Amino acid sequence: MPVSDSIHEKLTKGLAPQRLEVIDESHLHAGHASAPEGGESHFRLLIVSAAFEGLSRVARQRLVNGLLSEELSGPVHALAMKTLTPDEAAAA
Amino acid sequence: MTDIHDAIKAQIDANPVMVFMKGTPQFPQCGFSSVVVQILDHLGVDYHAANVLESDDLRQGVKTFSDWPTIPQLYVKGEFVGGCDIIREMFEQGELRGFLEEKGVPVAA
Repeated sequence: MPVSDSIHEKLTKGLAPQRLEVIDESHLHAGHASAPEGGESHFRLLIVSAAFEGLSRVARQRLVNGLLSEELSGPVHALAMKTLTPDEAAAA
Repeated sequence: MTDIHDAIKAQIDANPVMVFMKGTPQFPQCGFSSVVVQILDHLGVDYHAANVLESDDLRQGVKTFSDWPTIPQLYVKGEFVGGCDIIREMFEQGELRGFLEEKGVPVAA
């Protein structure tokens, strides 16, 4: 399964997000010092989920990182993310 | 791993604002690390940086130390504050200056 699909699947299962975008930005980093070959290494996430309510920024990212620990210890080299609650997303 | 954790602890205790990054503030080797030092420079914060590319022990150790899988990492007064996304968000939302001042870190006017 492509890495972006497994990210999508795990976050959908773990966070029941209202909105989820998984953007592969690997092409922007091709050839840089520590980027693995073949892409699927740099991702940007936008996640809107009620699961983030009451959590600090660090706690939100830890939650996401925990769900994706397998990807992060394997192919995924960089993971940028925006984590919003439904209320925060509505206000943005 | 404990030795490297002790070394990391000593660094974050000795430096009120400590950044673990890829490359150096003068020559960052990763866009995410670059963003964090640019924000700190913009705020006129005095910080100390360690280049994790110089040591694989440090590069892995800092991830397990804070249970945070990515670099850069910013620590203020011994406390883990976050990586690039969090620092950028705090800066963009105007919270970072107040946070640093609250921690007693001098910030340029």
